[in-house]
Amino acid sequence: MTTTTELVSYEDALASYDPVMGLEVHVELGTRTKMFCGCSTELGAEPNAQTCPVCLGMPGALPVVNATGVESAIRIGLALNCSIAEWCRFARKNYFYPDMPKNFQTSQYDEPIAFDGYLDVQLEDGETFRVQIERAHMEEDTGKSTHVGGATGRIHGASHSLLDYNRAGIPLIEIVTRPIEGAGERAPEVARAYVRELREVIRALGVSDARMEMGQMRCDVNLSLRPNGTEKFGTRSETKNVNSLRSVERAARFEIMRHAAVLSSGGTIVQETRHFHEDTGSTTSGRVKEEAEDYRYFPEPDLVPVAPSREWVEEIRAALPEMPLARRTRLLADWGISATDMQSILNAGALDPIVATIDAGADAASARKWWMGELARSANESGKSLDELAITPAQVARVTELVTKGDLNDKLARQVIEGVLAGEGTPDEVVDKRGLKVVSDDSALGTAVDEAIAANPGVADKIRGGKVAAAGALVGAVMKATRGQADAARVKELILDRLGVTEG
Amino acid sequence: MTDSTIIRLTAAETAGRIAAGELTAVEVTEAHLARIEAVDEKVHAFLHVDREGALAQARAVDEKRARGEKLGPLAGVPLALKDIFTTRGVPTTVGSKILEGWIPPYDATLTKRLKDADVVILGKTNMDEFAMGSSTENSAYGPTGNPWDLTRIPGGSGGGSSAALASYQAPLAIGTDTGGSIRQPAAVTGTVGVKPTYGSVSRYGMVAFSSSLDQGGPCARTVLDAALLHEVIAGHDPMDSTSIDAPVPPVVEAARNGSVAGMRVGVVKQFRGEGYQAGVVQRFDESVELLKELGAEIVELDCPSFDLALSAYYLIAPSECSSNLARFDGLRYGRRTGDDGTHSAEEVTSLTREAGFGDEVKRRIMLGTYALSSGYYDAYYGSAQKVRTLITRDFEKAFEQVDVIVSPTTPTTAFPIGERADDPMAMYLADLCTIPTNLAGNAAMSLPCGLAPEDNLPVGLQIIAPALRDDRLYKVGAAVEAAFVEKWGHPLLEEAPSL
Repeated sequence: MTTTTELVSYEDALASYDPVMGLEVHVELGTRTKMFCGCSTELGAEPNAQTCPVCLGMPGALPVVNATGVESAIRIGLALNCSIAEWCRFARKNYFYPDMPKNFQTSQYDEPIAFDGYLDVQLEDGETFRVQIERAHMEEDTGKSTHVGGATGRIHGASHSLLDYNRAGIPLIEIVTRPIEGAGERAPEVARAYVRELREVIRALGVSDARMEMGQMRCDVNLSLRPNGTEKFGTRSETKNVNSLRSVERAARFEIMRHAAVLSSGGTIVQETRHFHEDTGSTTSGRVKEEAEDYRYFPEPDLVPVAPSREWVEEIRAALPEMPLARRTRLLADWGISATDMQSILNAGALDPIVATIDAGADAASARKWWMGELARSANESGKSLDELAITPAQVARVTELVTKGDLNDKLARQVIEGVLAGEGTPDEVVDKRGLKVVSDDSALGTAVDEAIAANPGVADKIRGGKVAAAGALVGAVMKATRGQADAARVKELILDRLGVTEG
Repeated sequence: MTDSTIIRLTAAETAGRIAAGELTAVEVTEAHLARIEAVDEKVHAFLHVDREGALAQARAVDEKRARGEKLGPLAGVPLALKDIFTTRGVPTTVGSKILEGWIPPYDATLTKRLKDADVVILGKTNMDEFAMGSSTENSAYGPTGNPWDLTRIPGGSGGGSSAALASYQAPLAIGTDTGGSIRQPAAVTGTVGVKPTYGSVSRYGMVAFSSSLDQGGPCARTVLDAALLHEVIAGHDPMDSTSIDAPVPPVVEAARNGSVAGMRVGVVKQFRGEGYQAGVVQRFDESVELLKELGAEIVELDCPSFDLALSAYYLIAPSECSSNLARFDGLRYGRRTGDDGTHSAEEVTSLTREAGFGDEVKRRIMLGTYALSSGYYDAYYGSAQKVRTLITRDFEKAFEQVDVIVSPTTPTTAFPIGERADDPMAMYLADLCTIPTNLAGNAAMSLPCGLAPEDNLPVGLQIIAPALRDDRLYKVGAAVEAAFVEKWGHPLLEEAPSL
């Protein structure tokens, strides 16, 4: 498609139209083995190394359900406040595609494992928005096609395609929202906040790393507009595989502007799938759905129904961790910080490291200070995420402990952290190797103080004359002489003491 | 012992002689390979004879015995395996061109069980393509002849297995039964075939036709031999989710202690009438009389839903097959057509399926695709599933009143090759009496009950038992078999012409 897309401004679009969104998120579960066979799910293996007759769809091979996959699905369902089916089946979704070995996907159709839930999500300003969840169901991933010889890696123009079935059969949970209405101009922000909150929930449950950049979590954004004040939904577009939080927001925003342009010029929206382009922030037409594709779903006869006992479901519910929003609300109150501060912490990915640092013995303020300050800066410079830095929360806690004990001051502590990040060892090892220790020994400091007084007679006189504030200059000189290792407060005490002055 | 004596022994006798050291497994295998060499050009029971594999397995059995190791009850006995079970390193075609040349990289669970039991697999037998048919005429590799009359069909889909037994090319065989593909071939060749309870024999590695109906089972010339084989192949398999996790019923014990005294035997009113050959009905009625003489109480049953079984079957089986056969796209294994650089993957898939599937397979894929289509699902697939429930209930009600049900296995004796080839509806009628059991998932057996007077061809008696009571088939079957052999003075198969 090469047609240029006419847009109207976002503000103009919202002045006339009300957006309705539906979000479909696929999460790859972090189970050790695939959904229906014993093959490994580890990433990075040679193409087709992690395959067997079952996930290659060999004649005669049969699936067996991964119990951990079912448990993960139930955990997700419960975390999303869903009802859990007492009895449900897998279904076959029939369509031909080379990356799908059986030419049907084992999925769920009208009997999902989890249904009728909701997720409260928090916007940047702290306001919460409730997103209704229609269903969460289990299915298997497809293999991966690589199209060779074409211009853009797309199938069009390619000379041949390579197929890697390592991903085929990896468990997926598809989570589908009900139409999200009433978000108005904040719809794109709600979409982003929903996907982020969902990602936090998935991670808190420990069922997946949910790394969007690795394809472990993928979002389809369905969007339609209706004239303000009307009820009936407009025709939707389905923007597929939007793979970052920012892109989710941008895709929704773009589609709002595009739909508005089409509708306000008297055109009609075509029901179609669209591709989102990270570089331009725009979408282009994919496949037109003239009529709904007929997947000929029917209950999977090779698998027995899944019937989780109520006892098991309650056991799982009882073992769920605290949900991220509740946790954030609690921490926000505990730490006495603002919603904006909390949002910055979240955006920096610092919440878990901070909590872990506190758990390792640091006070909350210091833990926040280090992760949001020195460490965030370092991560930013090296283009890493906080959890990729070569320092553990326990090590950060040790540094704060050394500061509290007076063994380090802030300046030295920064050097220690720098040393740890540079791979010089643990905080204590860096302290030893670099000889970084606050000098608070009075006899050692005494000499330096005396020298500073002798070298600055004018300043000393001012202090004797009652200008206590002038002591700063002498403290600075002592600090310089001790290469920053002196305990500044003690130095000041010693100076005043020597000069026979008491602090006001 | 001469080859012609060896090949006429039962499996139980053969195993006994090997265990006793009176015969070696290699001698037995060689005798059967020689027989195959001599007659299979005429019969065409085998698609592939694995001479080397069979002899290697036989040698291993003899070595095991020489070392004094314990042998299984069928150790060294040759078997003909329906070409629907995967065999590692040995071609598996399912009677279709689409899998021509495919060498499976893995053994089916059933294949593994046979090997573990030291059974000698002679080769793979002919069948209707993808087990769709009642005559083996739908095989892409040509028809199989009925050893009673080579111009007639040996039944289907497992005609290769039944013909191998009836022509003494193997004392044991394996079949699969989706709508009668074990029992109807047994009936028209004068052999014994059992469709076990659904879920008792693993389907892992058995190429799927209709997953909810397919069931592998034993084929033999005697009821005891079938029981011995049943015990080897049945049992829970964690690789098959629909496999039943319960002990295998005591089928061998039942086969050794045949009796119908005091049993209640049901005769279903729906299993007779129009379309049934007179001689078949006559032999069936005589069988019922025999059961009475042997001490059974006969109970008339009415199972109205059975009249709908054929229609329900021809919606459910094609629906499942349309999905099961989707994987044959020429991309990963088997035949590939049109891969000349001018066609897209989609076109190659289409050309491969066009060239690789036969007419009956295409017919059923189309039927199933239609029946599952949105807007038609409820009327077709949905209704068929409801009928299935009704049939299951009719069986449940019946088994409150009787221990087993009997019927003719198939309405006619073996028909001439070509007679029904262009009339699918006539072909489908062959499974009239066998299909209800597949839909309900319970167990059934066919065994010979005489020759139809009008054509001197074998007639099968079907015995149906409740799910998981497969042992009753063998208890009743053994009693009936013994009474008939006494009456005839010899097993029925001895009346078959020599080839």
